[in-house]
Amino acid sequence: MSVMDSERQVTAAGAAADLRVRRLTKNFAGHVAVNDLSFAVERGSFFSILGPSGCGKTTLLRMIAGFIEPDGGDILIGARSMREVAPNRRPVNMIFQQLALFPMMSVGENVEFGLARRNVPKAERVRRSHEMLERVGLAGAASKRVDELSGGQRQRVAIARSLVLEPTLLLLDEPLGALDLKLREHMKIELKQLQAAFGTTFVYITHDQSEALVLSSHVGVMNRGRFEQVGTPQELYYSPATAFVASFVGANNRVAGRLTQRSGAVATIETSEGWRVHARTSGAIATGSSVEAFIRPEAAHLERDASSLPEEHAKHVGVVESLLFDGANSAVLLREQSSRLPFRVALPQTGRLADLKVGERVHFSFDPSRAICFAAADG
Amino acid sequence: MANTLALPLPRAWTPRLILTLLLAPALLWLVALIVLPHMQLALLSFRERVAPHEYEPSLGQYQTFFAEPLYWQVFVRTAVLSVTATALTLLVAFPIAWVITKVARGRASSLLFAICLIPFWVSETVRALGWLILLRESGVLPALLVKLGLTAMPPELLYHDATILTGLVYTSLLFMVVPLVSSLESLDNSLVEAAYDLGASGLAILRHIVIPHAAPGITAGCIVVFMLCLGNYLTPNLLGGKNSQWFTELIYTQFIVRFNWEQGAAFGFLLLGLSTAIVALGLRMSGQRFVDVMRRS
Ligand SMILES: Nc1ncnc2c1ncn2[C@@H]1O[C@H](COP(=O)(O)OP(=O)(O)OP(=O)(O)O)[C@@H](O)[C@H]1O
Ligand SMILES: [Mg+2]
Repeated sequence: MSVMDSERQVTAAGAAADLRVRRLTKNFAGHVAVNDLSFAVERGSFFSILGPSGCGKTTLLRMIAGFIEPDGGDILIGARSMREVAPNRRPVNMIFQQLALFPMMSVGENVEFGLARRNVPKAERVRRSHEMLERVGLAGAASKRVDELSGGQRQRVAIARSLVLEPTLLLLDEPLGALDLKLREHMKIELKQLQAAFGTTFVYITHDQSEALVLSSHVGVMNRGRFEQVGTPQELYYSPATAFVASFVGANNRVAGRLTQRSGAVATIETSEGWRVHARTSGAIATGSSVEAFIRPEAAHLERDASSLPEEHAKHVGVVESLLFDGANSAVLLREQSSRLPFRVALPQTGRLADLKVGERVHFSFDPSRAICFAAADG
Repeated sequence: MANTLALPLPRAWTPRLILTLLLAPALLWLVALIVLPHMQLALLSFRERVAPHEYEPSLGQYQTFFAEPLYWQVFVRTAVLSVTATALTLLVAFPIAWVITKVARGRASSLLFAICLIPFWVSETVRALGWLILLRESGVLPALLVKLGLTAMPPELLYHDATILTGLVYTSLLFMVVPLVSSLESLDNSLVEAAYDLGASGLAILRHIVIPHAAPGITAGCIVVFMLCLGNYLTPNLLGGKNSQWFTELIYTQFIVRFNWEQGAAFGFLLLGLSTAIVALGLRMSGQRFVDVMRRS
């Protein structure tokens, strides 16, 4: 039966799935926190769940860990249903947002804790915990007290404490949230390297889209208890499936209007102020319905004079409202001349146009195939 | 000449002066009501009356204590029952404190705490008399037992050691619940969840996470309850009657009935020594330091 089952897993997810969630639902006093959610996570992948605050990420993760009983649906870990399985019997471990290291124990005892609960003999426990601490770069820290460690070191102890148990699945609930920005950038890279080194499947929660894009092999974008889209970071960024994904993942310019005309895949959108832009459509949208178009700041060309812009794309005029200098991510915020709508354009990294002044008149254009429009939610 | 407004005291004195003034009432209380009477009692316990108004230094009172089996038997009995009552109180109070801090939420939790507090609005005498009404032969509980057909005759529930223990646990409960609640409140729920997640059973969590965290609170509660039990007079005597054989009763008898203040003082000091010794032993066994316990609870 297990052979059949695992084969079915392989065909369904393309590779063996370590986690399958089927039609999972959870209500809190009439409020739906997780709504009929299904997805699968491939073995050895780094899967992120990205969504705004309150969308149900923690609820989902705690259901996988077993701390919350689902109202409906099933969770399978390594092809085994987790229904009626207590958290201390599940082959998953969780990294808590506040890490939850045991302050009454030394670093070594923290790492040994799970092994001791499995009745691993003391000598073996010490050997494995030392080995694990060494692998996360904390050799020799075993006898230290937890409060003698820095934030980043604690993070690594928390990971070592879980990974020493060789779980099928490691769940991480915004583990970098408590760290300062600099350390967060550093730990991001470290987490990715650790995951690659151990090969354990990670399910990682975050509300920070850049974290999700940098770390993950796959991301599920969550909104109001459901996944809006599941895909690779590139898919989410370049071909968002919904307006929510387009606005949540990466910076984007949103232009709301009416679809007035379409030729092939490209539609013309006219705002209520009469500004016209072109974008490819996502799904079938009737002419005349309200739409939202999204154009990435780096998809637009910026020039001082209109003749330098490529001839094949519609040209727009804007006035520089502010300069947003951020090294390689510098941008300018324009106001489109006819509609007075804000529009953000990335500055070329060559340093050209770095001398733009506020109030200056500039020209911009973009390739309609790199802009995308969706039927508006209320239209 | 610059700073004429400064206090005419050296700067370093000012904080010390303020500290002394703030501590003055407490120090006064300590000296007048605790240190002085005890010094007087110490002097009393080490002298012997040889003739009216004539005294000599002597260890006679202490010798009497060890020579007379009744005295030291009651002494040991009081100690054993007090330790038992403390242990029972801990066993009863721990689940209550756990429910108040970790299970009940918001109003339910405050309500539970209030329920623990309510009995203490009534004086101890009235509470003990309440027990009498419930337990005496013609009381409520024996009548109920007869009615339920469990016994033919109303049983005598008073004047047993178990009755004394019940009364002591009841009287001491709050003093155990309060330090336990405060130490369990500071226990981060995610620690318990993390331990559970790492494969620990409920018992292992209790042993490795909850008890080590709550140890100072447990120790503080045990010290307070033990001292309350050891020094309690009313509850053992009302519920245990004539054969309660509580050491405080012996002290009372020496002072009030026999006017043998010297013997009473010696007993008092023996009791003090006993409680100090047992508290020290308890601290040693649980690996706690008195100062830490008092600070953290
Ligand atoms: N125990 C609970 N009782 C009632 N409502 C709850 C409970 N836990 C969560 N909720 C609600 O469910 C929704 C989802 O909560 P959840 O904690 O999963 O969000 P989240 O995506 O993790 O948010 P954040 O990024 O802020 O951590 C929220 O609206 C929250 O108010
Ligand atoms: Mg959360």
